[in-house]
Order: sequence, then structure tokens, then C-alpha cells
Amino acid sequence: MPIQVLMPALSPTMEKGNLSKWLKKEGETIKSGDVIAEIETDKATMEVEATDEGTLGKILIPEGTADVAVNTPIATILADGESAADLAKAPAPQQKAAESAAPAAAKAEAPAPKAAPAAQAVAEPDPEVPAGTEMVTQTIREALRDAMAEEMRRDADVFVMGEEVAEYQGAYKVTQGLLQEFGAKRVIDTPITEHGFAGIGVGAAMSGLKPIVEFMTFNFAMQAIDQIINSAAKTLYMSGGQMGCSIVFRGPNGAASRVAAQHSQDYSSWYSNVPGLKVVAPFSAADYKGLLKAAIRDPNPVIFLENEMLYGHTGEVPKLDDFVIPIGKARIVRSGSHVTIISWSNGMSYALKAADELAKDGIEAEVIDLRTLRPMDTETIVNSVKKTGRAVTVEEGWAQSGVGAEIAARIMEHAFDYLDAPVTRVSGKDVPMPYAANLEKLALPSAAEVVEAAKAVCYR
Amino acid sequence: MAAPKKAAASTAQDKTDGGSPPEFTREQELKALRDMLLIRRFEEKAGQLYGMGAIGGFCHLYIGQEAVVVGMQMALKPGDQVITGYRDHGHMLATGMEANGVMAELTGRRGGYSKGKGGSMHMFSKEKHFYGGHGIVGAQVSLGTGLAFANHYRDNDNVSVTYFGDGAANQGQVYESFNMAELWKLPVIYVIENNRYAMGTSVSRASAQQDFSKRGASFNIPGQQVDGMDVRAVKAAGDEAAAWCRAGKGPFILEMQTYRYRGHSMSDPAKYRTREEVEKVRHDQDPIEQVRNRLLAAKVSEQDLKAIDAEVRDIVNASADFAQHDPEPDAAELWTDIYR
Repeated sequence: MPIQVLMPALSPTMEKGNLSKWLKKEGETIKSGDVIAEIETDKATMEVEATDEGTLGKILIPEGTADVAVNTPIATILADGESAADLAKAPAPQQKAAESAAPAAAKAEAPAPKAAPAAQAVAEPDPEVPAGTEMVTQTIREALRDAMAEEMRRDADVFVMGEEVAEYQGAYKVTQGLLQEFGAKRVIDTPITEHGFAGIGVGAAMSGLKPIVEFMTFNFAMQAIDQIINSAAKTLYMSGGQMGCSIVFRGPNGAASRVAAQHSQDYSSWYSNVPGLKVVAPFSAADYKGLLKAAIRDPNPVIFLENEMLYGHTGEVPKLDDFVIPIGKARIVRSGSHVTIISWSNGMSYALKAADELAKDGIEAEVIDLRTLRPMDTETIVNSVKKTGRAVTVEEGWAQSGVGAEIAARIMEHAFDYLDAPVTRVSGKDVPMPYAANLEKLALPSAAEVVEAAKAVCYR
Repeated sequence: MAAPKKAAASTAQDKTDGGSPPEFTREQELKALRDMLLIRRFEEKAGQLYGMGAIGGFCHLYIGQEAVVVGMQMALKPGDQVITGYRDHGHMLATGMEANGVMAELTGRRGGYSKGKGGSMHMFSKEKHFYGGHGIVGAQVSLGTGLAFANHYRDNDNVSVTYFGDGAANQGQVYESFNMAELWKLPVIYVIENNRYAMGTSVSRASAQQDFSKRGASFNIPGQQVDGMDVRAVKAAGDEAAAWCRAGKGPFILEMQTYRYRGHSMSDPAKYRTREEVEKVRHDQDPIEQVRNRLLAAKVSEQDLKAIDAEVRDIVNASADFAQHDPEPDAAELWTDIYR
């Protein structure tokens, strides 16, 4: 029976890709291991190797087709003795036809958790953007790249260093094209040596340069956390204001998809605990761009927490020569009067989805995107809670000593008399992140949990 | 492989380096004597003030190791950066930082280099290119490599002199830094001050490879063992290492074989070594006595040497006086210098 070749998943978070090129023609003989096609994702171009032998019977998806979903049949392979006449007998999609060189691909039964489109449902206009500004649609990945490129053009002291940032074009393709524009002096591939290169970055910053240090993920930055906290955050104070450190530590933080406990931790509360650091964790594409530019210009060490699940998401980014969003300002992205939902980074995807659901039941939620965790915009939170009398926090990290706990404390300190219900936290569950798809989903917060919490504080 | 230049004896006491270092001029000898004496008298005074309760916390004295920083400083040129760990008072004085500011920082007063907010282990001077003063063992090695990175990035002619001890030499980030420094040919002189004890643990009990000049061997970083009690040997080695770095050849390791006379910190009873061991080094190898004896042999008068003693004592006494009378920082300083 003819074998179907399926569109492979080339990374844990890939949902679709472009079939850029067929390297075999119909009728050609295929041996196991032959490269039969090239597939392009928003991160990389990958080769598809055949795992079955035979003859390429029919190409089902022509080259140049964009956005082919994972597991779509893209071709059929005829076994010995079969002919084109057998093509009709091709089975329903099966799993084994094509594999890639990429690590463990997410399969059909375990689709990557899908976050809501980044901040599309924004009800409130962004006060940082002048009315009538032209907007461009960009992925968050592109917004980050543009932010770095613009700042590097503006200031020769800005440089990027990290693992695979240069020749590989970024492990998550965030630094794509920077090497070509700025050269190897300013876009620097490091060995796998987080503690060492974080320290080198801090030393360079102490002498006045402005490094952007990329961690492949913040999980690996635990190797470097001594330099981040003891050297970067504390030196200004310990030197009586003489010696500061203008540096950005950035990279994906928190859970991606199916990468388990050691690659899924959310460090929001860890870094936001430390005076001397600023901590930024945006959600929308525009905020990613405007806040990264602000972080690079900031004379202090800034922890810039990104989210891998959001890299491929698109959003409207203002087309301005110099779009900078001030650090330390939250944004009300949806106004409402019944309950305040406070979140940041990917937590916003649950919050916004929940707000839509709640609206169907007549509960108007006000959704605040904190954007910056330190310094925290207490005023925006408190003003909203004074209006609604109820608050729910949403975070992917653990609840104990978490950012939600901090928000709850501030609300008690500043708006206790306005509260009609206890502040409620929705958070990641108090377990290391499991691998199994169903368990992972259970470990993360969900829109349903946010809806439930919001209804509870509204006594509904 | 760029092998270590020579394998000398493994301790300061039985150091044989197969030839005397280049002679100093009289001016150099006098300068070395004065700068080393300043450090010694300053540290003695700091120890005294600690005993009186005027200095708190940890206080690590540099007595015995003076030739290392003074000799190295003589090999540097303006703009070269210096960074070290927590035993840092000598380094600061050697870079030209004022005794008053250092002593007032030790007593936690507003006139201290860090306005009293850093203390003994955390002082900095942008003006003198002194980058601290770091309390986490080994952290300064990556930071100092970063200073060298900045020199390389700016394409200037400066070197970063990154000091650390035999104890820090066992930290992992040291080797991460070695790798990148050689890979990128960064101008950094790693000065390993081997004073034979990491707190109370002798080198032989902590280090599989006790020849620290070889610690860069697997990264192709050349190294040299140096008699760190002879200021002339230190300067000669510093000159060679600096020339190597300035020529764009990358990092260089100098193992300074030295000795600290006092305990690890003021609260260390030093039971891990004998009094006789300390006395022998003091008697046979004291870096200051070596210079003084050479000067006397060269017919410099006792009178002239006493004048240097007096000048140094005046500076140190004035700093102690300042550091005890300068006010504590204003309470408002608690909340400053966190962000800029």
C-alpha cells in the first residue's frame, strides 16, 4: 500500500510551515535517509529525510505552499511493485512516513498548546501611540530583532552576545540578520558557558559598554544568577553610585511546550525580588519592541523575560522612527467594572480569553497587563481595584512567594477598604513541570480557571 | 602548546628562579619601598581599628603580599584596569586611591569611597580604574575578563589586571573565562596570588594541580611562576605579561608566590599553620625588608629611609583620624544608588 509522507513538526512549538522546495521528482527512486524536501518555519529551514524506500508517487503539496499544517499529507511513496494506479489506496494520515532531523516532534495527538493571538482584543488604545499612527503587522520575534537592530544602529556601545546568536541566527531566530548587518564584533557567539559570559557582559558594562546578553532560555541563566544579582544588581549601591551596569539579560522564560521541568520554569518572582534589577515581561508585539528599546537604553541592569510560545505570534506594531515604551507602566488592555484581572507575559493569553468568556455571562472584567514587574505599577492596579472591588492575578509561575502574592499584598496595603472579596491567585500548579501533554496542560493555568476565579470573587 | 615558561619551586620559601630579576633604579626602589610601606602601615592600622571595634564585618589584611600589587602597578600604564577579590585594600592604595577614602569606607563613614555602603570588600574608583573589591570568590575573574573584552571592543591599548587567589583558582567560572579570553585574544593578565592558604585550607589540600601557572595550559594560555616576595621579579613579569597582552596575543597568567602573615580575616586564629612557618617567611623573605636592605647596601642613608617611614605614618594616622571622625552616612543614603 502506498505510504503517505506527512508534514513533520520540526520543533516542540511548530504548528505549520512552508513547503519551500521538493528535491525529488515524481517517479524518482527514494532511499531511506534521502533528503526529499525543504521546509521553512518562522525559525529555520529544515530538510525532510525519507524514512521509507520506494518511488515518489505523487506530490500532494506543491513547492512554494505556505502554512502547511503539521501532519498534512504532502506526498505518497510507492513501494516496490506498486504503481500510480495504487495511489488511490493510500491510507489515512499515519505517523511514521516522514521524520526530521529535529528533536522529538510534537505529534497529532499532542498539539502544542495554543495561546490566544497576542493582544488582538485590545479595547483600550495604547497611550504611548499617537492617534493615527500607521501600524505594521509583525511577529514578536521580528519586533525583538528590530528593537535590537535599531538600538545597535543608534549606539555603537550596544552589542549582543550569547549562544548561537550570530552564525546560527539565534536558537529561536530572534537575532536573525544581526550578524550580517553589524558583524562579528558586535554579534558574538559564545561557548556554552552562561556563568562566564554573564560575568564578562557585566564587566564590559561596568566599563561603559551596553551589552545585550541572550540566554537561550532563562532556565540556563540559573548558572549565571550570581553574576546577575551579586555583580550586576548590587554594584551601583556598593560603589556609592560610582559604578553602574547598563546591561540587558534577555531570552525566553517559563514554559514552552513539552520540554518538562528543567526547561519550563518561570523566573518572574525570582528576579523581581531583587532591588537593583528592573524586570520586564511583555505580552504584545508592540510592547516587546518598545520595552526592549527602553531596556537597552536604561542605565540599570534589566531582566527582559520573553516567552517562546509568543515568538511566532503577530501583532500591530506602531510604525514610528523611535517607538520606546517607558519601563514601569502597566497598561489597561480591556476596561471593565466588575473584576480586575492582572497578568503579564503569556498569562495575558488566559486573562484575555477569560475576559471574553466572562463577558458572555455579563461580567465585565478589566484586564491589566503589568508589562513591567519591577518597578511594579501599583497605582494602575490599585486604581482599578478601587473601581471593581475584586481582583484575580494570573501567572504561569508557582504561587508561593510569587508575583501574584506580591500583587495581593499591595492591594491589601493600598485598597483594603475597597475590596469586596479576597484577592485570588490563578497560577502554575505547585509541581515541577511534567512532560506528558495532559499533565503539562493541567500544571499550567487555564482560561477556565481564570473564569472560575473571577466568578468566585464576584460571588457568581 | 604555549607551555609555562618555567617550573619553579612550589612554595615561596624555597623559591629558586635561576637568576636575579633586573635591578631597579634607585628611584624605583624608593617608590616600591614607599608604596609597600604605605600598604603595610595602613593594614596594621586597620587591624588596630578593627580590634577597637571601629571597623566591623569582615576585614582581610594584605600584610606580606605587598610586593605583588606594587610591582604589578609599576608595570601598568594609565587606563589599565585593576579588579580583585575581597583582600583589596592593598590594590586600592597601589592604584593611587586615597588612604582617607579607603579607611573611612572601612569604618562605614560618608567620606568612604562607597559612602560607607560597600565596606572592606566593596570599593571602587572609576577615576583610578579600580573595579572592585568583590566579595564572591572568583566572580571578579569573569568581570575582569569583561573589562578586557571592553578594551578589545574599543580597540584601545589597555590591559585588565585581574587578581585572584589560590582558592578562587578552583572556581568554575575562572575556566569559563580563560576559555573565552584566549578564544577572543582578550588583553587580560590573570594574577593568581598564591598565598598558600584559601582561608584555612592549604594549597596541597585543595588543588590537584598546585602549579597555578599551568592552570591555563588546556586553553593555551601561557603562564609563569613568579617570586611574589621580590618586587623586582613581579615588575619584570608584569612587564612581560603586559607586553604580551598589548601585542594582541591574548591573556597571560602570572602565579605570584606570596604569603599572608595575618589570618584569613581578623577573626581567624590561624591554627592551620605554625608560628614558625610565618616567622621564617617574615625573616627570610619579607618584601619590604628586601628593598630596605638593598637600599642600605647602596648607601642610602638610614635618615632618608626614616623620612619615608615618617611620611607614610603621617598619611596612615591622618586616615585613621579622618575615618573615626567623619560622620556616618545620612539616613537618606539608605535609599540612594539603587537605580540611576
